[in-house]
This record gives sequence, structure tokens and C-alpha cells, in this order.
Amino acid sequence: MAELKVSAIKEGTVIDHIPAGKGLKVIQILRLDRVNGGILLLAANVPSQKLGRKDIVKIEGKYLSEEEVNKIALIAPTATVNIIRDYAVTEKFNVEIPGEIVGILKCGNPNCVSNHEYTAPKFYVISKEPLKVRCHYCERTMEEEEILSNL
Amino acid sequence: MEWKNRDVISIRDFSREDIDFVLETAGRLERELAEKGALRYAEGKILATLFFEPSTRTRLSFESAMHRLGGSVIGFASAASTSVRKGESLRDTIKTVEQYSDVIVLRHPKEGAARLAAEVAEIPVINAGDGSNQHPTQTLLDLYTIKRVFGSIDGLKIGLLGDLKYGRTVHSLSEALAFYDVELYLISPEMLKMPKHIVEELREKGVRIHETSNLESVIGELDVLYATRIQRERFPDEQEYLKVKGSYVVDCRLLEKAKETLKVMHPLPRVDEIHPEVDGTKHALYFRQVFSGVPVRMALLGLTLGVL
Ligand SMILES: [Zn+2]
Repeated sequence: MAELKVSAIKEGTVIDHIPAGKGLKVIQILRLDRVNGGILLLAANVPSQKLGRKDIVKIEGKYLSEEEVNKIALIAPTATVNIIRDYAVTEKFNVEIPGEIVGILKCGNPNCVSNHEYTAPKFYVISKEPLKVRCHYCERTMEEEEILSNL
Repeated sequence: MEWKNRDVISIRDFSREDIDFVLETAGRLERELAEKGALRYAEGKILATLFFEPSTRTRLSFESAMHRLGGSVIGFASAASTSVRKGESLRDTIKTVEQYSDVIVLRHPKEGAARLAAEVAEIPVINAGDGSNQHPTQTLLDLYTIKRVFGSIDGLKIGLLGDLKYGRTVHSLSEALAFYDVELYLISPEMLKMPKHIVEELREKGVRIHETSNLESVIGELDVLYATRIQRERFPDEQEYLKVKGSYVVDCRLLEKAKETLKVMHPLPRVDEIHPEVDGTKHALYFRQVFSGVPVRMALLGLTLGVL
């Protein structure tokens, strides 16, 4: 299957191999959807040998650090990140689930204080495979299915 | 570990050394108090007890502990009379109260409330119960009671009885006991068994575990029987509830099969898990637990205030 060519960028970051349908969520989590940001390209439902279909996000003029990109690991564990300088890939890495997840995940416990007071929800990853996190506040654990529905 | 200004939020934050240090300090304060009648370590210090839901027993125990240390107490006993009713956030309440006090004891119906309060406050916060999550001072006073009676926690066979599925007290206690060389007997009806992940965690930490639904068959083995309440709400129908409840009543007939030295504990209040006829026997330890609450809370208040 031929890879669809999405216009190349000169400087910036390309996040490839995002599971199809998750591209927009990736943009939201990384807060790339601000009006004063750089040019942003989203290619959705691109044919992929690895995934069948995938999304690709290209960010012109911004180099994302591994730490920043790891925030998307929960919804896009298959993603690969390419740092582009002068049209060439100068760095490439896979996303990895971080030890702590702050701000992007909501606690599934309706009685958790983080769902009622002004605070950034925070979780500790206690297992990556299978995925399991513990809420910093209520100490309840969530597994993969519950995590995805609270992203 | 620096104790001054430390928060006491969850038994998960404690190491074995931390626990032993609190128990030793409580022992020292209990002896000093017996000798001198009153102590003055916390003179000039103010404790704020913020009880967003009522728990008279726990509040009085903390207040007694602060007075015994020579300090004073302000606070409220329920959210009904406070600005919370007008919609004030916990954050703002804590920010306000810390201007008036040196240490905060918080009881709150939301899980994680104490952790949040500790992040907001500059002064130490002690968790007196956050929803169904943690109640670390209960666990510490339970351990203190056991240690006072047996001299050591290591080597004991301890039975946890009742609602092991939802019971916050038995979850925290078993996590803390995992620091010691104990054998645990988990005694509960099938549908209220200890959650599997907790049992696995305990086993990984080297605790020997026996699970059973038959109290009579193991009562003869135990050094400590820790009974808890089984709540009506957990059962689909009344019949089933009554049947289960009846098979876990600790009475003198049952205790005939127990070791002479067996001690029966309970976090209180009890309903009818322990027959009042047990109260006068050498097995009853539950009122001693209530007594232990004061030296343990004195230790925590004194240590976090940095006045001991
Ligand atoms: Zn939570």
C-alpha cells in the first residue's frame, strides 16, 4: 500500500502512527490548538501497514520534547515522533508511558476530591503492561478501559 | 525522616521505621502523662479540628490529645454550621483556618480531601478520615494497642473478621501489618472477601495468608481477632444478611474454643458483632483501643508540631 504524501514541513515535529481517530485528541492533549500557535496539519485515516489506518500530526516551527510527547502515550501508545530540521529527520523516538500523569486524565471515582475542587488531577503509573494507575488524591486504581473513558 | 511539618494523610506514606517511631513516641508520652498528670509540650499551640462530617469519637480523641499536651483547640463538628454551606471551597476554608492555627485535623466525606488540604496548607494536616479512603490514625492506634499488650507485633497470628471487601479499616490495617512478620487469617462471608489485589499485594510482601468463611474453625489459632461491622446495605436481601451476621457474632461460647491469651479488637462503634458478655472478659481489648487513641494522637500532634 502506498503511503499518502502529506506536505513535508521544514522545521518542527511529526507525530506518526497515531491510532486512527485519536489525532484530534492528541492535538488537544498537547494544547496545539491555540490560535497563536504555528501551522498545524492533521492527516486522518491514512493507510498504514502497521496499523491499518492511522492519524498523523505535523507541527511546524515547534520541537516537542520527549517529556511533552509522552503525555499522549495513554491514547496513542503506538505513536512515533520525528523531529525535523531543514526537511530532514534529525531525531526519532517512540512515546513511552510516563511515571506520573498530570492534568490530562480525570479520576473515575465520582467522590474523589479532584472532581469537585480546583486542582490538577494526578496519577501514578503502577503498571504499564497491563496499564494501571493510582489516583494521587483518592488512591483508587484505574485500569485501561476506565482510563480511556476518562481521558 | 523529618517530622516537623510533616502531613499524616495515608498509611501508604509510612515506612516501618516511621510506624515504629510513632508507636515508641506514643509509649513515651503515655508513661510521662501517667507520671506527671499533664504535659506542656504544646503550650501556646492551637489545633483546628475541621469535621465536615460528624465523628464525635475521633474528634474528642484528637481534642483530648491536644489538651493533654497542654495546647488548645478550635474547630467545628459538622459542615452544617460553616461557610461550606454557602459554597466555600475546601481550598479556601483551609487557607483561612491556617491563619488561626498551628496544625489541622480534617475529616471530610470526599476521598482525597486530606491530600488536597495538605497541598494547600503551609501547616501540617492530619487525616481523620477522607470518605472511604484512609484513616491512618485508626491504624496506628490499632498497632499501638497490639504492641502494648503483646510487647511485639512480630510473630502474631491475627484474624480480620467481617466486611473485608469494603472495610477501609481492615484494608489499612492489613497494609500496615505487612511490614511485620505476621500470619493473617481473613475471615469473611464469600461475597465480602478481601479484594484479590490486596491479598496478592500482602502475599508479595511475605505475609502468610489464610482465607476462610468459618470463624469457629480458626478461632483456636489466633492471638488477635479484629472484628468489624457487616452492613445491611451490602446484601441483596434481609434473610441472607441475618444468616451471615449471625455466624460472625463473637460471644463467650465461641471464645471457649480460643486461646486463653486471645484478644478481641474492634474499631467501634459496634452493633452486635461482639456480645456485651465479652466486655468483662480478659479477651476484650476494644475499650483499650479507645484509650490508645489519645497517646497515639498526642504523638502525631507533637511530632508534626515539632514540639517533642
Ligand atoms: Zn481520585
